[in-house]
Parts: sequence; C-alpha cells; structure tokens
Amino acid sequence: MTVWIERDLCDGCRRCVKACPYDAIAIEDGKANISERCTNCGACLAQCKKEAIQSDTVPKQIPDFSDYRGVWVYAEQRDGVLAKVTLELLGIAQVLAQERGQKVSAVLLGDKVESLAPELIRHGADHVHLAEDPSLEPYRTLAHVKIVETLIKAHKPEILLIGATHIGRDLAPRLSRRVGVGLTADCTALSIDPEEKIMLQTRPAFGGNVMATIANRYSRPQMATVRPGVMETRIDEQHEGTIIPCQVRIDEDEIKTKVLEVFQEKRKHTPITDAKVIVAGGRGVNGKDGFELLRALAELLDGEVGGTRIAAEKGYIPTECQVGQTGKTVRPELYIACGISGAIQHRAGMMNSRYIIAINKDTDAPIFKVADWGIVGDLHDVVPELIRQLTPAR
Amino acid sequence: MNIIVLVKQVPDTTDVKLDPKTGNLLREGLNSIMNPEDRHALEAGVCIKERMDGRLTALSMGPLQAVDVCTEAIGMGADEAVLLSDRAFSGADTWATAFTLGKAIETIGPADLILCGRQAIDGDTAQVGPQVADYLDIPQVTYVQDIERIDSTQAIVKRQLENGYERIECPLPALLTVIGSMNTPRYAHIGRMIDACKEKARIKVLNAADIGVMTSQVGLDGSLTHVVKTFSPDFKRQGKILDGAKEQAVSELLKNISKSDAATACKAFAASCELS
Repeated sequence: MTVWIERDLCDGCRRCVKACPYDAIAIEDGKANISERCTNCGACLAQCKKEAIQSDTVPKQIPDFSDYRGVWVYAEQRDGVLAKVTLELLGIAQVLAQERGQKVSAVLLGDKVESLAPELIRHGADHVHLAEDPSLEPYRTLAHVKIVETLIKAHKPEILLIGATHIGRDLAPRLSRRVGVGLTADCTALSIDPEEKIMLQTRPAFGGNVMATIANRYSRPQMATVRPGVMETRIDEQHEGTIIPCQVRIDEDEIKTKVLEVFQEKRKHTPITDAKVIVAGGRGVNGKDGFELLRALAELLDGEVGGTRIAAEKGYIPTECQVGQTGKTVRPELYIACGISGAIQHRAGMMNSRYIIAINKDTDAPIFKVADWGIVGDLHDVVPELIRQLTPAR
Repeated sequence: MNIIVLVKQVPDTTDVKLDPKTGNLLREGLNSIMNPEDRHALEAGVCIKERMDGRLTALSMGPLQAVDVCTEAIGMGADEAVLLSDRAFSGADTWATAFTLGKAIETIGPADLILCGRQAIDGDTAQVGPQVADYLDIPQVTYVQDIERIDSTQAIVKRQLENGYERIECPLPALLTVIGSMNTPRYAHIGRMIDACKEKARIKVLNAADIGVMTSQVGLDGSLTHVVKTFSPDFKRQGKILDGAKEQAVSELLKNISKSDAATACKAFAASCELS
C-alpha cells in the first residue's frame, strides 16, 4: 500500500497535516507533501475534501456481523474475590449495551465461585456464564483462554471487555489471537460510534503524550482491555439476571503450565516516577511532623510522597523522591503541592502532571499559576481538613 | 538451547518534548533506543546462553534504521541478529506484527525459548508477546520477574502480580515476557559492536518474501484494528483559586475534582466525593 498526493487537486488546506499521527505531511509551496515518515496508515485519506490524497489499497470489505450480539465482561476473580475492575467494566458495559439495545453478560471462571454471581448481577450483568472446575483456579493462561474461546464461539458476543490487570493483559492478547480478532490495550474511554455503531476505543499512547482512538471494524467480538480505576460502577440492587452454567472439559495436558505457589507481598512503595498520585512538600512544610501529615494524605490516595530539593537536603524525603530539575521528572495523574512556592527548577519536574493542586500561604506563589486548583492557606490546617473530608464515614 | 529474543527500536518517550503553544508532541530530535524491557530480555537470554552453551538470535522488525538495535544486541552477546524490514510491514497493529514475527520465527527457528520485554514504551500494549506465543502454539508466561531454574525441558519462573508474585512451572518451548526488575543489563561490548558493523556482520535483513507472507497479511492491510484519530491530551490549567474557610475551600476543591476526570484518575477521591 502506498499513499500519495495529487498536487493539482491539493488546495493546501492542512487537514491532512493535522490528521497525520506520524507528522509525515507538511505543506510545501502551498501543497501537501508526504515525507519518508509515512507509514501508509491512511488516517489522512478521509480528511481530504478535494480527494487529493490517493491510495492504491482496495478498501477492505466489512463482513456481516449482524448475528453477533451482547456486551461481555470477563469477570476476573482471585481467591473468590472479584477484581474491582470487573465491576467497573460492568458499569461501562451497561452504557454500551443500552446504546446497542443488547444485554450485558459476565463470564465467571474459577473453582466454586457461583456465590460471586449475585454481585455481578447487582452491578449490571443480565447473564452470568459460569464455568467451575478445580483446573480453573488459580488463573492459568491456556485454561481460561480455552473456556472463554469456547463460550465466544457458541454465543457470538459483539463486544468483550477485560480489565487491564496482570491477568487481563495475559489473557486478552492470547485470546484475541486464538479467536482471530483485533484487540486494543489499556483503554481509558469507550463509546459507540453513532453512525457506524462500532465501539470507539480511546487509549493513551507514546508514554501518555498522545491519545489515540481505535476502531476494530473487521472482526468480532470487538475486544479491549480497560485500565482499572477509570470506569464507573453502576449498582442496581433490584437488577435481575440469570446464571448459565457451562460444561468444562479441559485436560491438564492442554494447560501446560503449573502454578507452584502464590506469594502475597506487603504494599511496596512505587517509585515516584510511576506513582499515579504524588503529595509533595517544600519549604512551607513544618519538618518531620509536617511530612507525616503529607504521608497520611498520600496513603489515603494510594500515592507517594515527594518534595523539593530543600526537603531532600533536610532529609525529610529520600533523594530518589526529589522532584525537579535536579531530581526526578514526574507526570502523575494528580500532583498535590503543599507549601511549595513553585520555583522554575521544581516546576520543570512536575509541569506535565495531569492535574495539579496547590496549597500555599502566599497568594502570589508562582505554583498557583501552574495549578488547576489552589487553596490559599496553611497546609497544616488544609491537609488535615482534606484528610477529614476524604476519610469515608464509618 | 536455541534462544530467540524479540527486540524493538522505539522512540525514547521519556524524553518527549511538547510544543509549548499547541501542546502537540514534537517528534523532531527524538532519540531511537532499544526498548528498555527488551534489553532485560536480552540480558536474561545471554545469561542462559552462556550457562547452557546455547545460541541466541535477536529478532527485530522495523525500518532499516532499526539495524542499530541489531548491532547493539550483538554487542550485548547475541550470536546473530535478524531484522524484518519491508515497506509492506509498516502500520501494523499487534495482530499483524505477531503474525509477521511468528512467520519469521518459523523461518529462522525453531526456538526452545523466546524472550521479549513485557511491553514497548511507544505503544504500551503488552500484546505482541502472547500473540506470538499463540501463533506458535507454545505456552507463555508474562510479567516474568525472575527465571529461577531452566533446563532443556522446562523453566521455573516468578510471575509478578499486583500484590506479589506466583511461581510457575512451564514446559519448553515457551515464550516469556520479562519486566525491568529482573536483572541489570550489561553494556554492549564495543569490539563486538564494531564487528557487527563490518561487511561480514552477522545481521540478516529479511523482507516479506523471505518469510513467505503476502503483503495483504501484514502491515496496515493485515491489521484488524485501525487508528481513527489521534489528539493531544488537554493539559490546560484552570488556575482556579478557592477562597473561604478551610472547610468550605476543601469541599469546593473536592467538588471540582469530582466534576473533572481527575476523579476517575484517582478512585479514592471519587469514592469520598460521593460520600461527602
């Protein structure tokens, strides 16, 4: 496949330049020009209003998928406890199913796990396909692949969602190849295209610097793994569903791997560069006690504690948690700067955080200029209040 | 023991610069590097090869400039390297990539052990490894943090979980995807790198015909998923100062967060916002 420009037709409108995911098109002398960077991805083709972009590919035929129906969720469980992401997936599955006028099904695999079915139903499953067998516990790739594959072939769902956990990211790609369908990893948004009625799958790429929306037109089910913590659960205590038990015929020889032991470790500190939430402190933090306060907030948010160069030099935080020009560059989802004025050297290390909250006594502190939300006040008053309001009432 | 390690050349996404005006990614001047986790896979492979008197082939797919990672792989101890390069391979999704790599492994293999990084830093999908394993119909273990024992028939490995790890016994041939905490990769040996650049370099370049695939099966044409659009995440700051008493300011803050997608970024916030 090759993509080229018919220069006579091109009016230099730049639509293709914006559409190109690879920065491969530039306007030269008022006409679009495709450079060597081009990967022939075809993203520019539809954008051109003048039909000046030509390609030698024959458009692929989309097969008839009208007999594929239903939105499925792989119900991940370990030791009889459902993964949180499973319930989140059932939430978005309800939204997708409603738009498509279809039902939501959960696929539950394990040994003696029927007791989990009511929870799946409360969270939106109309059907629970239940496969119980000692060989399905704990999770092993080829065992679960085989059962889900058999179910897909028998029931032909239109959409299959799997949590992007260590299990989901092991199962999904293997399953997709086995069933012969495309797969999109780590989605953060899912929706139904109003015209094509296909699932649009949005995910971050390039280390989170670019968002890409991906479609899976040529195979069914449309499969995606979804990042935990992104989708909302929807509970309906009155929701009714049915349990559909399925036969498990699987040979130990087919599974090949054996799980010898499972070890649970205490929560370890994540490196600050990987943390989703960072609570950082600077000169305004009142010594060790102050940082204890920040640590309490960080723990509540499942985050890590960072700080400025001063905080590291005074020994309140380890050097590897220093954020800034001479420390680490971080880009968490949420950065809470407490008692940090926001010198350029510090901002250099945290500017690319998704959301920034600043708490500082000084109204004129530069940190407020880069913050999404700021509270002017003493962090030793504000942080305890935050902790109080964040702590669930018991 | 025949070992194949899959290595990918990727742009160094940790060094990404954004256009200060548009917020778009600046691709100019982005360095190309060997995918970090693939480097750990290579180190693991070289260690096993040295211990068990095996043979290690590094296999990569990409434009001709990806020959750099082949050279580096030889520098780190690979006996030879194979680069799959063909205009027809470009624009491939993980499905088409796994098919191409699978075909290539059939061509240059068979292998007793296939190693690769868990995921590449440009796409972060972690899909190609398991898909190659399925194509070859061999077992897989992903997120491998340690290879405890390995002989010609089986391996015992530690697989990382979110809250610990599991020990898995896996018969060979198998495909393992490894994570960064597994080992410390050695530096490439300069002498070996120089040799790898010479005329008789042990680097082969194969195209679509060499591995026996039709161009309609690979690259963008052979892909099942397609990019509909790309856009820059919106990093615009709201710069909102919340005044008033601390109780009010804090509850105002939580309200603001719960209305934005920061709430989904951090479930603890969302949960407590619902409560308050």
